[in-house]
Amino acid sequence: MIAEIGLAALWLAAALAVLQMVSGAAALRTGPAGEANPLAIYARPAAVVQAFLAVLAFLLLLRAFAITDLSLKLVASNSHSMKPLLYKLTGTWGNHEGSMLLWVGVLAASGGLLAGFEKRLPERTMGATLAVQGFVALGFYAFLLLASNPFERLPVPAAEGTGLNPLLQDIGLAIHPPTLYAGYVGLSVAFSLAMGALLTREVNPAFARVMRPWVLGAWVLLTLGITAGSYWAYYELGWGGWWFWDPVENASLMPWLAATALMHSVSVLAARDALRTWTIMLGVLAFSMSMLGTFLVRSGVLTSVHAFAVDPERGAFILGLLGLYIGGAFTIFALRAGAVAEGKRFAALSREGALVFNNVMLSAILAIVLLGTLYPLLTEAFDVRVSVGPPYFNPASAIFAIPMLLVMAVGPLLRWKSDKPARLQFELALIAALVIGVIALVSFFGRFPLLPLLGLGLAAALAVAALLPLKGRKLARVPVATWGMVLAHFGVAVSLFGMACEGAFSEEKLAAVAVGGTEQINDFAVTLDAVTPVAGPNWTAIEASLAVRQDGGEPVILTPQARNFWSPPQSTSESALLTKWNGQLYVVIGNQAEDGRWQIRIWWKPFVTFIWYGGLLIGLGGILAVAGRVKVDVTRRRAASKGDQRRADLEALGAAAPQPAE
Amino acid sequence: MRSVYLWVPLALFAFFAGLAAYMLTQEKDQFVESTMIGQPLPEFALDPAYAGLPGAAKADFTGKPRLLNIWASWCLPCIAEAPQLEALQKQGVEIVGIAIRDRPEDVANFLAKYGNPYSRIGSDAISEVQLAIGSSGVPETFVIDGKGVIRYQHIGDIRESDVAKLLAELEKAR
Repeated sequence: MIAEIGLAALWLAAALAVLQMVSGAAALRTGPAGEANPLAIYARPAAVVQAFLAVLAFLLLLRAFAITDLSLKLVASNSHSMKPLLYKLTGTWGNHEGSMLLWVGVLAASGGLLAGFEKRLPERTMGATLAVQGFVALGFYAFLLLASNPFERLPVPAAEGTGLNPLLQDIGLAIHPPTLYAGYVGLSVAFSLAMGALLTREVNPAFARVMRPWVLGAWVLLTLGITAGSYWAYYELGWGGWWFWDPVENASLMPWLAATALMHSVSVLAARDALRTWTIMLGVLAFSMSMLGTFLVRSGVLTSVHAFAVDPERGAFILGLLGLYIGGAFTIFALRAGAVAEGKRFAALSREGALVFNNVMLSAILAIVLLGTLYPLLTEAFDVRVSVGPPYFNPASAIFAIPMLLVMAVGPLLRWKSDKPARLQFELALIAALVIGVIALVSFFGRFPLLPLLGLGLAAALAVAALLPLKGRKLARVPVATWGMVLAHFGVAVSLFGMACEGAFSEEKLAAVAVGGTEQINDFAVTLDAVTPVAGPNWTAIEASLAVRQDGGEPVILTPQARNFWSPPQSTSESALLTKWNGQLYVVIGNQAEDGRWQIRIWWKPFVTFIWYGGLLIGLGGILAVAGRVKVDVTRRRAASKGDQRRADLEALGAAAPQPAE
Repeated sequence: MRSVYLWVPLALFAFFAGLAAYMLTQEKDQFVESTMIGQPLPEFALDPAYAGLPGAAKADFTGKPRLLNIWASWCLPCIAEAPQLEALQKQGVEIVGIAIRDRPEDVANFLAKYGNPYSRIGSDAISEVQLAIGSSGVPETFVIDGKGVIRYQHIGDIRESDVAKLLAELEKAR
């Protein structure tokens, strides 16, 4: 019964999406006297009820996984009664159908939030936005109901489930995909708003202020999702790297790049009424990138280390949706954007100018990543197999990232509209001195690769420059949103520092070690004490016990494992990490050689953790920015409603008593 | 002039969508063929994988074409291909096995359970020979001619429909 209710809820939600679309579109057609179309009143309630239904459907699927309802095909093929409860629950979205249901659940929920609480937009723009949102949701309902029904029953219930990919039995999976999904969906709201504003030609600061929290929120979630995903790949895959330029990683990076540009652009639109077309363009682009990511990941047109359940037919369905939404959006953009009045002008040397420069650089990096990701697809059409990796991505993106980081250091110090370099002599000199000084200092101690070296110099300059906007201000008076910017920019410096250190100073050792043997790396002595078999709930493993002594001090025991899961049979490598304030020791156990020695791989990665600390700081900065904006907004609303109240009181008084003479 | 630029995103997108649609309809070949085809086998001499049969070495591949089967007792598709290997052996094909990362007792159990079509089985505990002949997974089967040259590579388990093809390749290598 439960599954049937879930399915019915989905169909009803889909029907409401149609109503939302039609009713929202009706809002665009006003009567001859300018009165609202009577159909238009249904759009908001349809969105709200739809949100409840879609979320209900997801909760019902969650329940089916929690109790391991093996009469459901999805549960039987992706879960197992012996799995720990937490992983049963995360298994709900650890598969194609469940994750698509989560997608539409979040999509409908954000549509509901928008319809329920957003009152600042003109009703026509709101109607158009909800129509677009309903149209997008409808496509995904169709995809779920026609091509990937999560509630499909088995003719005969299975006796036991066939498990979940053991690599995914990890707390990282509980957080990483839903975070990214919520981010993607947030961008879909930004997309709907952009299309709504484009359709009604109401691209103005008021619209930007409505769009901004959605973009910021989505951006925060993408930032945290990518950070978590990167750390997960780092410790779970056991390869010691933190970014592999894999198509699936790129699929999450591209929307982030577009969202970063969009976030800055929408701020300019809100504050200065400039960059109107840019903002619309980036709004469409950001959502295109998340849909493109979904397509690349789910269709299997590209080969990746991430083995998703790929299916060309589903790929064709997503490609169809992509063509419909993105093709449609770009067509409307081409037809309409010329009619959007030009925004305010500004000098090249101004805060707006710096932001435009950085947006162009971000877009260029996006183009580089997109080209690198799709290039194998292009060459395969001519039967040539290529693999594009770090030798292309690193230098090609650095060409644009380096000027971007330099401008990023200066940008927040510039004034809006126009500025003079003479005013910033001290700051410019400081930034230049830091970049050159740090590079010279590090080069003095040894020869290091160029990119990490530049990274170190830029990180130092950026860390200081990020704090400069606070100079000479009363810290208690600085708006929360500004703190957010400072923190996020500082986070970029921290992250960059971690990347550069990892690139420049990492040490690696691969050794065959007999039990009792010791290997030295940096100032750590690693002794193999014992190798023992251990068993978990659904796996067995060989576990090495390694005693790590730093400078001959007290030993710390690390226990890397080579695990074998039996349902389905698969082996994974569980790395063991020793985290110090200045880096991580990363140990992986390999196979046993003929002579009984064990292969042990050890890395010392100085300051590698700063990559993810930086990511967290960036995310935290984003959260502060959202909080600051919402706070200002709430205060404004309260003031406005107080004002209304007073005016109403005055009017009531005025009706009773004669007006006082001015 | 400005309005022309506004069409650029749509044009780029249309190009991508067309390419992706074309690629979706193409049969995807997931196999990576060994570049060792046409080359002589690398030098190797492996210890026996269990007590029942001798080990395998490059020197064994003389006189007539043979199959070289890369397998392991822990590999499920290897169970699936066992009947086809038996059928090939019944037709007079000599099959040399290389057991990858295996243990003698597991090898013996596997052969007792699923049949033993091999004339020799070498033990490759660290995938040394496997990598040297350009095999990227288990199971894989190579046709080696009488001079020790690799002539053909079959990737994945041998299905019933593949038996004829392998026999033909063996005949070609003669």
